[in-house]
Amino acid sequence: MSTCEAKIDLKKVDEIINAYGAKKSYLIAMLQKVQEEFRYLPVEALTYIGTKVPELSPATVYGVATFYAQFSLEPKGKYEIKVCDGTACHVRGSMPVLTAVKQCINLKNGKFVSEDGMFSVETVSCLGACGLAPVMVINDKVYPKMTADAVKIAIDAIKKEEKGEN
Amino acid sequence: MTTLTDIKSEQAKVQADIKSQGLRVLVCAGTGCVANGSLKVIERFKELGANVRPMTQQDKVTIVPTGCHGFCEQGVLVVIPDLNVTYVKVKLEDVEEIVESHIKNGKPVERLLYVDPKTNEHVFENNKINFYAKQTRTTLKNCGEINAESLDEALAVGAYEALNKVLKGNNPDAVIEEITKSGLRGRGGGGFPTGLKWKFTAANRGGKSYVVCNGDEGDPGAFMDRSVMEGDPHKLLEGMAIAGFAIGADEAYIYVRAEYPLAIKRLRIAIKQAEERGYLGNNIMGSDFNFTIHIKEGAGAFVCGEETALIASIEGERGMPRPKPPFPANKGLFGRPTLINNVETLANISTIILKGADWFSSMGTEKSKGTKTFALTGEVNNTGLIEVPMGTTLREIVFDIGGGIRNGKKFKAVQIGGPSGGCLTEQHLDIPMDYDNLIAAGAMVGSGGLVVMNEDTCIVEVARFFMNFTQNESCGKCVPCREGTKNMLKILERIVKGEGKMEDIETLQELANAVKDGSLCGLGKTAPNPVLSTLKYFLDEYVAHIKDKKCPAGVCTAMKTITIDETMCKGCTKCARTCPVGAISGTVKNPHKIDQSKCIKCGSCLNACPFKAIKQN
Repeated sequence: MSTCEAKIDLKKVDEIINAYGAKKSYLIAMLQKVQEEFRYLPVEALTYIGTKVPELSPATVYGVATFYAQFSLEPKGKYEIKVCDGTACHVRGSMPVLTAVKQCINLKNGKFVSEDGMFSVETVSCLGACGLAPVMVINDKVYPKMTADAVKIAIDAIKKEEKGEN
Repeated sequence: MTTLTDIKSEQAKVQADIKSQGLRVLVCAGTGCVANGSLKVIERFKELGANVRPMTQQDKVTIVPTGCHGFCEQGVLVVIPDLNVTYVKVKLEDVEEIVESHIKNGKPVERLLYVDPKTNEHVFENNKINFYAKQTRTTLKNCGEINAESLDEALAVGAYEALNKVLKGNNPDAVIEEITKSGLRGRGGGGFPTGLKWKFTAANRGGKSYVVCNGDEGDPGAFMDRSVMEGDPHKLLEGMAIAGFAIGADEAYIYVRAEYPLAIKRLRIAIKQAEERGYLGNNIMGSDFNFTIHIKEGAGAFVCGEETALIASIEGERGMPRPKPPFPANKGLFGRPTLINNVETLANISTIILKGADWFSSMGTEKSKGTKTFALTGEVNNTGLIEVPMGTTLREIVFDIGGGIRNGKKFKAVQIGGPSGGCLTEQHLDIPMDYDNLIAAGAMVGSGGLVVMNEDTCIVEVARFFMNFTQNESCGKCVPCREGTKNMLKILERIVKGEGKMEDIETLQELANAVKDGSLCGLGKTAPNPVLSTLKYFLDEYVAHIKDKKCPAGVCTAMKTITIDETMCKGCTKCARTCPVGAISGTVKNPHKIDQSKCIKCGSCLNACPFKAIKQN
């Protein structure tokens, strides 16, 4: 999947803007909804919000979108993998978990999305589940006490499920 | 004259309802236990417990999904107060046995009881579990005891009683006076006297002002605010309403980080329930006090924990701090006077109002009153969320409540206060922990994250880890912070790679002071703390990395060499087959060799060798 082919449906963006009364103070919430809808923030959507919402400009919207770690200007995977690298997870071995994830989804050259667009991986600084360290999250499901083997089992299960669906 | 809701009779009603539930089985539904499968355990309990008559002669069994019990490591936790028992690590298939054996027939299921790491024995009674026995839970008291999604359950344990009392008294200044007298200080890290903050904001009464709750718990390794929001949301809402009454605000925001979806969900439910029943909204409990609470989700920026950055973020902007003054008390959210308090601070308010300032200040040390929650994590036996009086020593926390270091390893250090804090060592185990003592020791209470490290943790690597974090999170406004953290990180990366130079230590110190002095907000001012404290207490480890090119803890891969002891190698070829990069060569039944230029030091061969012939230094 590449960004350029994505002709996005601006009607959806309109709906989101209106749901928040086109108010500037709801910009972050709007961007979160847009990302939920498209799995990333398409530049067209940013420009659109910047011209539609009073007191905002495309530059301001772009500034906010690039400031917060949650937002991605590139499409994320269908399965978003978050490896927690908070202090507790770090001392209990989150880096081997990350390496294992990258291996399992075959990531190369510093990319964060797998070639088929199925998986993306990122580290987050703390998920607040420190008692279960190291922790990994795939689309809101929390996987406690991860090891390299457990990563493989979890990801293989998803791959298998996906194959079954197609 | 208005008539206020009679909270006592409301309480009596809901308490009777709860009594009629019979034997209450509390199953933790906090983030940690949900990850361990507690939702399924709850379903199973509901199925199996439906028509059971418990041995206690109560009419029935009721399953209550609760907030976090704090003992996350041992999840799924099942507590049955009437049987005085706590079951740990409960799996779906264990539910039947608990119901049949214990609930029906009074015979505890021994294998599911907590095992004391010191005595290796099962603990039968709740109050004998050291993890809980040595705590003083006031802020966290109801977390784990009530259904966080039920207003009735919260009312039964006293929710909104303090707000009722305050509305009855109708004297905002007296409320501020009480909080001031209690000695409560901000629990988010700064330690600023809460009463004073309220007074400053109240000085601007008359126009529109706001209460903002800082729930942007960004410190990695801290999750007390998450637990309160998930486990006892009404306590927080009540604290906010009392604050609003005291400073003359009618509107409030809770800023919650987006990484906490469950907390956001529970808060939304709680706000809706409280509004429907008149505990929030217009004419609260029949008074003329109005108070509305909104939720704003963060989007992942550590710096938003800083109050001016948080305000910018609520307004929909980049979360960048601005110089103070003007302080938020005078000019905050949307340019109006704003009171910003942290979740834990606000969760203390209702208990102080009910039990009085004297009760609160009877706990703690001279300048730090009350209790503090800590997130105890890392290489300790009992990880979880704890609450102890200020002034408790690290030794009590790590070795009594925490049950000591995991796997019989040796204690090395505690990282306290997150990326702004510092590392404390064995010599600090006996100092009473409070705001001032910790600062004197080069650390800080911060939000209360305690990450325990053992002898296998490389301190230099930990310093690099924190610097990497703050460098990433620096908003970039102040040059010393933006560039300074980058350069400090570069140096630390060099040292852990075995390429450090002795003058690096001096440069690190110099940069640290520049970043501290030249930054606007708390992030930059405290970012060098982990480096400074580790340089102070673990200088020899830095030197070992730089001079001897050795990592004493054996963590830094660049300094590892893995070799095969030829006398012990039997030539089984297992290592060669395991090696992911083909660095091991040799023929069957002959000693193998590692090509050091290919070896990536992953350690796979170490684990694979059945003869322990592979060594790492």
